[in-house]
Amino acid sequence: MEFAELIKTPRVDNVVLHRPFYPAVEGTLCLTGHHLILSSRQDNTEELWLLHSNIDAIDKRFVGSLGTIIIKCKDFRIIQLDIPGMEECLNIASSIEFEVIEDGWHSFLPEQEFELYSSATSEWRLSYVYKGFAVCPSYPPIVTVPKSIDDEALRKVATFRHGGRFPVLSYYHKKNGMVIMRSGQPLTGTNGRRCKEDEKLINATLRAGKRGYIIDTRSLNVAQQTRAKGGGFEQEAHYPQWRRIHKSIERYHILQESLIKLVEACNDQTHNMDRWLSKLEASNWLTHIKEILTTACLAAQCIDREGALILIHGTEGTDSTLQVTSLAQIILEPRSRTIRGFEALIEREWLQAGHPFQQRCAQSAYCNTKQKWEAPVFLLFLDCVWQILRQFPCSFEFNENFLIMLFEHAYASQFGTFLGNNESERCKLKLQQKTMSLWSWVNQPSELSKFTNPLFEANNLVIWPSVAPQSLPLWEGIFLRWNRSSKYLDEAYEEMVNIIEYNKELQAKVNILRRQLAELETEDGMQESP
Amino acid sequence: MEHIRTTKVEQVKLLDRFSTSNKSLTGTLYLTATHLLFIDSHQKETWILHHHIASVEKLALTTSGCPLVIQCKNFRTVHFIVPRERDCHDIYNSLLQLSKQAKYEDLYAFSYNPKQNDSERLQGWQLIDLAEEYKRMGVPNSHWQLSDANRDYKICETYPRELYVPRIASKPIIVGSSKFRSKGRFPVLSYYHQDKEAAICRCSQPLSGFSARCLEDEHLLQAISKANPVNRYMYVMDTRPKRRMQSWWATQKDIGRIIVRISSKIQNDEKIRESNEKKRLNAMANRAAGKGYENEDNYSNIRFQFVGIENIHVMRSSLQKLLEVNGTKGLSVNDFYSGLESSGWLRHIKAVMDAAIFLAKAITVENASVLVHCSDGWDRTSQVCSLGSLLLDSYYRTIKGFMVLIEKDWISFGHKFSERCGQLDGDPKEVSPVFTQFLECVWHLTEQFPQAFEFSEAFLLQIHEHIHSCQFGNFLGNCQKEREELKLKEKTYSLWPFLLEDQKKYLNPLYSSESHRFTVLEPNTVSFNFKFWRNMYHQFDRTLHPRQSVFNIIMNMNEQNKQLEKDIKDLESKIKQRKNKQTDGILTKELLHSVHPESPNLKTSLCFKEQTLLPVNDALRTIEGSSPADNRYSEYAEEFSKSEPAVVSLEYGVARMTC
Repeated sequence: MEFAELIKTPRVDNVVLHRPFYPAVEGTLCLTGHHLILSSRQDNTEELWLLHSNIDAIDKRFVGSLGTIIIKCKDFRIIQLDIPGMEECLNIASSIEFEVIEDGWHSFLPEQEFELYSSATSEWRLSYVYKGFAVCPSYPPIVTVPKSIDDEALRKVATFRHGGRFPVLSYYHKKNGMVIMRSGQPLTGTNGRRCKEDEKLINATLRAGKRGYIIDTRSLNVAQQTRAKGGGFEQEAHYPQWRRIHKSIERYHILQESLIKLVEACNDQTHNMDRWLSKLEASNWLTHIKEILTTACLAAQCIDREGALILIHGTEGTDSTLQVTSLAQIILEPRSRTIRGFEALIEREWLQAGHPFQQRCAQSAYCNTKQKWEAPVFLLFLDCVWQILRQFPCSFEFNENFLIMLFEHAYASQFGTFLGNNESERCKLKLQQKTMSLWSWVNQPSELSKFTNPLFEANNLVIWPSVAPQSLPLWEGIFLRWNRSSKYLDEAYEEMVNIIEYNKELQAKVNILRRQLAELETEDGMQESP
Repeated sequence: MEHIRTTKVEQVKLLDRFSTSNKSLTGTLYLTATHLLFIDSHQKETWILHHHIASVEKLALTTSGCPLVIQCKNFRTVHFIVPRERDCHDIYNSLLQLSKQAKYEDLYAFSYNPKQNDSERLQGWQLIDLAEEYKRMGVPNSHWQLSDANRDYKICETYPRELYVPRIASKPIIVGSSKFRSKGRFPVLSYYHQDKEAAICRCSQPLSGFSARCLEDEHLLQAISKANPVNRYMYVMDTRPKRRMQSWWATQKDIGRIIVRISSKIQNDEKIRESNEKKRLNAMANRAAGKGYENEDNYSNIRFQFVGIENIHVMRSSLQKLLEVNGTKGLSVNDFYSGLESSGWLRHIKAVMDAAIFLAKAITVENASVLVHCSDGWDRTSQVCSLGSLLLDSYYRTIKGFMVLIEKDWISFGHKFSERCGQLDGDPKEVSPVFTQFLECVWHLTEQFPQAFEFSEAFLLQIHEHIHSCQFGNFLGNCQKEREELKLKEKTYSLWPFLLEDQKKYLNPLYSSESHRFTVLEPNTVSFNFKFWRNMYHQFDRTLHPRQSVFNIIMNMNEQNKQLEKDIKDLESKIKQRKNKQTDGILTKELLHSVHPESPNLKTSLCFKEQTLLPVNDALRTIEGSSPADNRYSEYAEEFSKSEPAVVSLEYGVARMTC
């Protein structure tokens, strides 16, 4: 975690330091990324170097415009700084005061997430079969599976699914008890291998006489080709209660190239209209957006309208699969449209689910050395969320800036959250001990205010976005951000926020006045009555 | 009424325009003298004004009935299925007749009665006073005066009676110049910029031929130039592009052939392609026909500028292509963008915008007056002059000011609304979306400058609705003279007072009236700033739009804030009254207070239930989850299922097993 970014006032002169056994020292106070330094700037250079991490607590006091900060250190030392100027004092205080109100590493534990729906159903349980990451390196140590399937069976299923990624619970739809499961592809190979435990697992929560849908994010052609490499898809004969739907969501370098082309098109301001439109079209970016959104909507439709179970997978189950499962939840689940809910969604469906951020986000649109595993999968997901946000601008607790911030941190971050490719790697890197969680920082009230949508009003309905090309514009906030000034748009946004704030203010005032009037009226009544 | 044979047909189906699976609503179709009305089983009414109908088409008979496709000028497309062919045929014939009237007197405006008396009607017509407007600009003044030359439409039939010209331009000069200009449309003032003392003038092309010159015209241009004391040179903007004239020129004189040869050679050369050189060649071709552009040798201190806005025919087919693409069922992203590109629509919009920006810059940066013309000076010239003025003058960005701008640069200067909008059964080649393009340019400006306009998109859409509705007199006829002959001011009503009365609906809640922030607008015309105007071309396709409108919420909130401010004032004065009243019995009150600082009565009043302030708060937002069926995801699955029989198609909530 870089402190530097929290420093609003890096230097203040004429600060007086008081500490035990020493005379007071007047000097210049400096804040750096790791230290608080006070230097007398005299020949005998009396200096205080204090590690931020040594600060246990601070107190602030003001006498006129002179502020005093009392720093209580972890080594039990207490020192006092007198800082002239109210603003400087507050800035210094807030910079060193940054303390973790809640540790983001523990904000979204699988157990807590499980509790959210465990009261509604008893069909699921938490399995610790993967503790130690021996069976599947890309799964977290705790996964949710059908209660009736024991860990032994899970181990068997793991050998039948790509990367050991056996079907796990992704989302539980409280309204009708339907679920989305996700997994890797079944390893049927060319000879049509089957796995009884796998069939049992996915049938476990199927209602009698009901069907489920398997959404394969690859086209039938692609899926068939993978059989030669040992992959494949569920055969109807072995899964008679399931219907398979193939969609084609692109992967890997095709997406990366799409991003490169799009950014290139956006960066060239000299394009005439025809060239711009043809370049935009040729990038295929919006085609990918439409395809992903359509698949997510289809999944959501199966759950909400059909009352059917869903299993979603592609090949590895770490990319397009996660795009679909997470977007379906945005559509279906009001909680995932709140800030905390969305953070939980990313934690659960992207980080815990093993989307290889390190590999996918190693490079971005300008890189020449193309690695085949680089792909803007997460950015596409964020773009899709933005598209839904645009169509339902009041149903999300967060605003566009929140999505942009997540995009930035997925590619480059001073926080540990998006490091590594999966939980197992993050564990080995000891990120929890060595780095700060992004959520710890984001969830501070002062940061949150930047990401809060002033128009938000909880909407408990399922929200169905339009996927027509006319309804899916280019995400200017990301792609044109450095190419055109957004001054007037930003000012208009501010004005909108002002109107909303003013409205709240007026409402509060009217309420106070009404109360006042009512008080006076009752007083009058009392006066008259005796 | 003589055209109506069937007034009511039951069991008619209205198909979802974009559904590939023929999803429909069933209801009853009514035909009235002015409207076609469809009431579906949920009692939802769809009204279609006959004048809005652009085309009616009867498709081949199907098993469920006879399909009738109606396309409207406001971009509504409806697809009915009428159970019996004879009913369909009757309605089809009636609509054909009713949508294309032969006489002005048969248009809706002549029968429309909004229950106003004659003086109200007259007042309505007087709402926009152009003389006032010129006064606001600062004319007449020492350089510009009102000319009575055209008082009786003797010089130019398509101009208004009142025209402003340079003071030093005498009547013989005006008359001489008008003879040299196509349709007699000589250079006159369109907008005067008071601070810069520069003017926007407009005219039609000169009939210069190859050698001909007109001294009076040269004098008039000199006069315009001299009327600007700050700058000695002026611009002449020819808004037309190059290659237009070539095709018909090839059949003309030899010299034409040479020019065509030269210019086509040049056209191959990518470098020179965009240069003025070629534009000039085409204008030269035009000149050989006795039409064209001013010979630079004869005009001193004049800078010629060519900008390429295409003619009305190109614009018409461009829009047609655009609408074809958008109407496609199951449109893919790639088809949408390649259609958008090949239609050229946004390219044309950008061309108009660029021309207006050039005009505004010439005035603000160079202090130069500009004379704008195209061929006849009523289409492209109107676009460029009005848009240029809008960039320069914040008044035109208010509701009232925008009305004035339309009255001035479009209505009074003879944009042929009747022909361009196809109000009467006339030459389809005269129809062209020139005014729609102007509105779209304004919309693009509102997108780039969300706080610079007093009005919102709704205002633009409403005006667009009425250029075709023929419900009000403003847009009937092709020029002022024709309007006077039609006695529109006595027989019809003006649209503007009705819009003004309703202005709450059209206000932009984010408008910042401190005009110093937005005196001159300098829009950015990089291609990516031009977007498809969904709210115009899909206004009636509800499912394509965001389900929650930030705009409406903010607008309602603004209204609510005004109400709250009023409430606060009321409450404060009431409280004051109470307090005054109490001072009378202050003694008793003080007593009470000292004894029972918190009397039980008071306590209950503190628990006074907070009223839900205004019902508006609930109505403020319509929470809509919408329906998945609206969005046709399932059809993708269905399409797929056709090639893959083993797959299920999800059809509007009912799984249909296709295996």
